[in-house]
Amino acid sequence: MRLLKIVPDNTNIGFVKLRGWAFGLTALLTIAAGVLVGVRGLNLGVDFVGGLSIEAKFHGPAPLDDIRARIDRLGVGDAQLQLAGSPDTVTIRLPLPPVHDEGATNALVAKVQGALAPDNVILPFNQVDTVSGKVSDELIGKGVFAVVAAVFCIALFGIVRFEWQFGVATFISIFHDVLMTLGFFALTRFEFDLNIVAAVLTIIGYSINDKIVIDDRIRENLRKYRQMPLGELIDLSVNETLPRTVMTSLTILLALLSLLLFGGHVLRGFTAAMMLGVVVGTYSSIYVSSSLLISLGLDRSRFRQMADATDKKKAARARAERIGPKD
Amino acid sequence: MLDFPRWKIASIIGVLLVGILLAVPSFIPEATAKRMGLGFAPRINFGLDLAGGSHILLEADTADVAKSRLSNMQDTVRAAMRKNTPGPIAIGDISTANNALSFFVRDPAQLDAAVDTARNLTQPVGTSGTRDWTVQVVDSTRIVMTQTQGGINQFIDQAMTGAVDIVRKRIDALGTKEPTIARQGSDRILVEVPGVQDPTALKALIGKTAKLEFKLVDTQADPAKVQAGQAPIGDQLLPYNGRPLAVFRQAILTGGDLKTARQDYDQNGQPAVAISFNAKGSRAFAETTQQNVGKPFAIILDGQVLSAPNINEPILGGTASISGSFTAQSAQALAIALQSGSLPIALKTVEERTVGPGLGADSVHAGIIASAIAVAAVVIFMFVTYGRFGFYADLAVVINVFVILGLMALLNATLTLPGIAGFVLTIGTAVDANVLINERIREERRRGRNVVQAVELGYKEASRTIFEANMTHAITGLIMLILGSGPVKGFAVVLLFGIATSVFTAVLFTRMLVALWIRRQRPQAINI
Repeated sequence: MRLLKIVPDNTNIGFVKLRGWAFGLTALLTIAAGVLVGVRGLNLGVDFVGGLSIEAKFHGPAPLDDIRARIDRLGVGDAQLQLAGSPDTVTIRLPLPPVHDEGATNALVAKVQGALAPDNVILPFNQVDTVSGKVSDELIGKGVFAVVAAVFCIALFGIVRFEWQFGVATFISIFHDVLMTLGFFALTRFEFDLNIVAAVLTIIGYSINDKIVIDDRIRENLRKYRQMPLGELIDLSVNETLPRTVMTSLTILLALLSLLLFGGHVLRGFTAAMMLGVVVGTYSSIYVSSSLLISLGLDRSRFRQMADATDKKKAARARAERIGPKD
Repeated sequence: MLDFPRWKIASIIGVLLVGILLAVPSFIPEATAKRMGLGFAPRINFGLDLAGGSHILLEADTADVAKSRLSNMQDTVRAAMRKNTPGPIAIGDISTANNALSFFVRDPAQLDAAVDTARNLTQPVGTSGTRDWTVQVVDSTRIVMTQTQGGINQFIDQAMTGAVDIVRKRIDALGTKEPTIARQGSDRILVEVPGVQDPTALKALIGKTAKLEFKLVDTQADPAKVQAGQAPIGDQLLPYNGRPLAVFRQAILTGGDLKTARQDYDQNGQPAVAISFNAKGSRAFAETTQQNVGKPFAIILDGQVLSAPNINEPILGGTASISGSFTAQSAQALAIALQSGSLPIALKTVEERTVGPGLGADSVHAGIIASAIAVAAVVIFMFVTYGRFGFYADLAVVINVFVILGLMALLNATLTLPGIAGFVLTIGTAVDANVLINERIREERRRGRNVVQAVELGYKEASRTIFEANMTHAITGLIMLILGSGPVKGFAVVLLFGIATSVFTAVLFTRMLVALWIRRQRPQAINI
């Protein structure tokens, strides 16, 4: 049986040479994403802005204009309608009643239920979420803190396990990945909710995973080829790990694609974010983080010393074995 | 590498078998499992987003605590001064301005006695040595009592402990299955109730303070003044059908004097709540009604007058009926609320998430299909890429799926919708370890190493990378678990389980399979 090889053997692509272009393009895209988030903002869900969100399913396509008219007539504030995955499911978002207790919210849900055409809507509602302003502020704080904590912990891990340049390079590329994901959400207006925070954290985890594999190979090669120029060595390492990088990204994309197509509408934004993150993370692993090592001035001499020390230990052990006790 | 002693093989297979077996009960419907005598076996819990149900976060109204303690203390101080031994201490009006009680002692000679009496009303705060109120003398005539923050916090803490119990009693009374009621932080209660069709009744019930009071109506009060919102001394005004009603401050009975409360119908066939009092309550009620025949009294719930019936004859039996404009359902809810006692602190809902059973079932269905297709796609992809080695990885992935489920069942973890996403993602990342190993074997073969050497080096060199890569994954997973809320946690749980089990299955288990194959066949070349 002939096996599938997506990346041919012994590729030799000069990634490092391209790094000027890659940095330029990356910087441009990152700035664009940042501007997009700043100008258009994110379509934050009730998790983060507070309010009432009702997901209602209808027999047949949801009559959006009719629903809007019926809810407007209630005079309970500005309603936002959005199809949730399929034409028969609608998410209705409303501000919370000014007096916020369970009585007032219950009454509001009951009002909306009463206003919808009774023969058309399926009850009970699919989903009803109420989040008060206080809780949503806390959720924002927690989410931001979690992402920041994750990025810093990982950068720290990179510095402890490798050299500081690895930590910094990883930090910068992760920052890029997160910003690109946010830009994607600003562009598509997908709802940004708690689940997306989980997706962003996973993207961070995945992206780092990718970078660690390449960094690990760079470290190994630094010990193996002591005279090779750094640029060449990084190219070699990235090329050697390229089949794995591509293969793993494809497998994960394949699994996620199944989730996107068959996993139901609740997870769609989450899965889309993750797929984008895998693509962006793979790109930044190949083009950004390893090439950054050169720009950050990774110092080979320390690796030479480390390798020398290991060699000496090995030699000593070998000698010790030779002159060891006779049996 | 090829050295796999029998005990090692047996224990690897044993561990995986146990993992798979643990997953099995979760696939059998609960009723069937019970019939088969597997009712004891651990099962995976579905989160609310899959099972349907309500998640309600209640927060205590702590801003109100200082105010209500102030007004309670006002009554207590007045009563204590009056009942003082050897003789009553005459004091002026008690002011509650600036969140402190302040009053004049009319006879300067009694000042010290008054201070002692006031001090006796305060409580120590924990073991801190401070008390919940400070008592000071100002201008040698006036006593000022101020609440300490420690006192307020202690009150909130005790009230929350009581509130959790009461909320639990009320939910249990509704007969819901497996509710979770937990205190969160200093002033919140999390309530999770799976499988509720309509949470409206539930919400109305658990948040109800249910403070019941019986008070005599002040028939002497000037209706014009009452209408203008001015209460005579010793009275308070309470809303009754949208208009103020003057009642005496002193309550005849409170909810604490109740023995039972149940839903019933009044003489007109309208839903009502029948209550009976304990011995002390019965006596007090009998006495008051004997002395006040022909006068009305008010039944007050959470500061609202429900009804103000006339006392036609003394009520000696220790029972009464509360009617208002109830439906059978709201009367039932009130009966449960009264029976469980009143909440010592007002609670309001700050977050509520309800998933209908339809959506939950759809999500489970979609999740199963998506997971199955993801597994199939990854399995095929791995096989066409790595052949035999891909097949071993596939075996590992499929076993891994069951082991994760088994482990989750064993540890009673909850599977949520984001958890399913974590599951699918784990399927994708679990084979990453095998990709790393297999790519390394390919590389080593290209460098001209023989089969055994290449395989050995492949596993050895890749193991370090796999460890490091999984460490970073685990770090983000742990952060999600610690800092995340709700759905993020559910996702992190599966991710972490997946990392732990996939290292076992993808590295150790496949290495065993490869070793056994090489030992048996002694291949000179491998197709990878």
